[in-house]
Amino acid sequence: MTPVATTFHVPPAGVQRRTISEPPWVRRLLIGVALAFISVFLIIPLVFVFTQAFAKGIGFYLHTINDPYARSSIWLTLLAAAISVPLNCVFGVCAAWAIAKFDFYGKNVLLTLIDLPFSVSPVVAGLIYVLVFGAQGWMGLWLNADHPALPGLANWLNEHDFKIIFAVPGIVLATIFVTFPFVARELIPLMQAQGRSEEEAARVLGASGWQTFWRVTLPNIKWGLLYGVILCNARAMGEFGAVAVVSGRIRGQTNTMPLHIEALYDDYNFTGAFAVASLLALLALVTLGLKTWVEHKNAVQHERAIIP
Amino acid sequence: MANDRIKARKIRVLPGFKLTLGFTLFYLSLIVLIPLGAVFWKTSCLTWPEFWSTITMPQAMASYRLTFGLSFCAALLNMFFGLIVAWVLVRYKFFGKKIVDALVDLPFALPTAVAGITLASLYSKNGWIGRYFTHTDEFGQVQSIFSSSRLGIFIALVFIGLPFIVRTVQPILEDLDAELEEAAASLGANRWQVFYRVILPMLMPALLTGLALSFARALGEYGSVIFIAGGIPMKTQITPVLIMQELDMFEYGKATAIAVVMLVVSFVMLLGINVLQWWTNRYNTNNLA
Repeated sequence: MTPVATTFHVPPAGVQRRTISEPPWVRRLLIGVALAFISVFLIIPLVFVFTQAFAKGIGFYLHTINDPYARSSIWLTLLAAAISVPLNCVFGVCAAWAIAKFDFYGKNVLLTLIDLPFSVSPVVAGLIYVLVFGAQGWMGLWLNADHPALPGLANWLNEHDFKIIFAVPGIVLATIFVTFPFVARELIPLMQAQGRSEEEAARVLGASGWQTFWRVTLPNIKWGLLYGVILCNARAMGEFGAVAVVSGRIRGQTNTMPLHIEALYDDYNFTGAFAVASLLALLALVTLGLKTWVEHKNAVQHERAIIP
Repeated sequence: MANDRIKARKIRVLPGFKLTLGFTLFYLSLIVLIPLGAVFWKTSCLTWPEFWSTITMPQAMASYRLTFGLSFCAALLNMFFGLIVAWVLVRYKFFGKKIVDALVDLPFALPTAVAGITLASLYSKNGWIGRYFTHTDEFGQVQSIFSSSRLGIFIALVFIGLPFIVRTVQPILEDLDAELEEAAASLGANRWQVFYRVILPMLMPALLTGLALSFARALGEYGSVIFIAGGIPMKTQITPVLIMQELDMFEYGKATAIAVVMLVVSFVMLLGINVLQWWTNRYNTNNLA
């Protein structure tokens, strides 16, 4: 559901210069209302996270972060992001190439389907994987029946204790699902706007398909791609609802950082919960910073493209 | 149309169409379509009366009312303040504007679990904000009016829906032609009339799109709500929390039936938002022309 809100926008110059405007008191009132709203809903919560994280001092903070359970949750979060972000990145580039550079029937349907994961509740996203891979699900029933085509597969999986649900593969799958559209949503409008003439020129001049992609397309879309990756990564590391359904919440094994935060909070270890939360809040701030920087870079690239 | 297609095929010099489209469809089916199909497969294991009685049980009905009502109220509040924030960010200069502009996206970037525990603590009876809003409950305990209450859910839903309106209205407001306002002013309209009669109608499609996006996001929210509101049946149990609690009791059939209701609503919302966005784009192109 985020496409509109996260796409690039390059503001035109001279918006500020207006011959007509509101009286000063209206202006001050509106700025005051906006700042009050932003303060209550965004700034105070952000300050609160860091204040609470260090409420028992830096020693307790480091102790919480260094705890084996916390460390394993950090590793699992990094692992889930390290698998899901590159996969969705490859998908995003492929989907954008097919959609932006070619004409075919059903393009709008495909665009809508790519958006689907944004509109599905995270809890439902987790549930669908339980229904596919869980003991009562498709795969579970199929494996229990010990399909004649694959004799002994169920036994082999049991012997090697290979599980998808309530284990790491399920967490990775749920993460892939919830971050599925991010890169594609950034690249499709960008590549559609750029058209296909530059690539066609490269081809006509003798470049191979890969050369065209690496030397022409990629430099054009690099900032959009980076933007999509940043957003995708933030969501991948922060996903809670979908992962909570498929994880089984085994401490030290299937707890990601958000789930570890929940576990600490439920244990009334509030300072501990906020200590781990502060790491994710820091990630959010870095994400916002990088996002602003990439938007700026992209605006510069745009201006150069318009005024050579 | 058919001719165009033949022409397009003739001059298609770029490679990789089959490869990229093939991979796109394969990955989409594997990650999204087949797992979503599993929900409808699981539902077909229930008989129609079973399905109907599950999705209409009093607890579920109460959760729909709560989820839809509060999501809509939160989206409305966001529409009002979001418009003011977008207006201020586009039209005025003030100290810290760039930081505020970047911070608007915080609810997208901050994990919902972090938002959840933060809002829950902030609005608890000892929290920075909650301590000023307390009441005495039926057991004589002092409680924050936000803890385990609808007001708490509302706060969480306002938080997560905040960026949508700002980010849909902001670009439209930036592109708005100053000449229209000048013309209206020179014809004798006062500032309020210009806003109400000229600017607001042009922002309407974007405002409605933002409202729909914010509403749709709130409908499915789980992480930020569960900490502040818990999940008291018939009182603060929103639909995603209800699904989660059914799953924790291994009631997969019930959870799936309610999930189907949520999915159908999501599909309808997605369709509606696509129509709204198409309207927004058309409206804009017409204005520019």
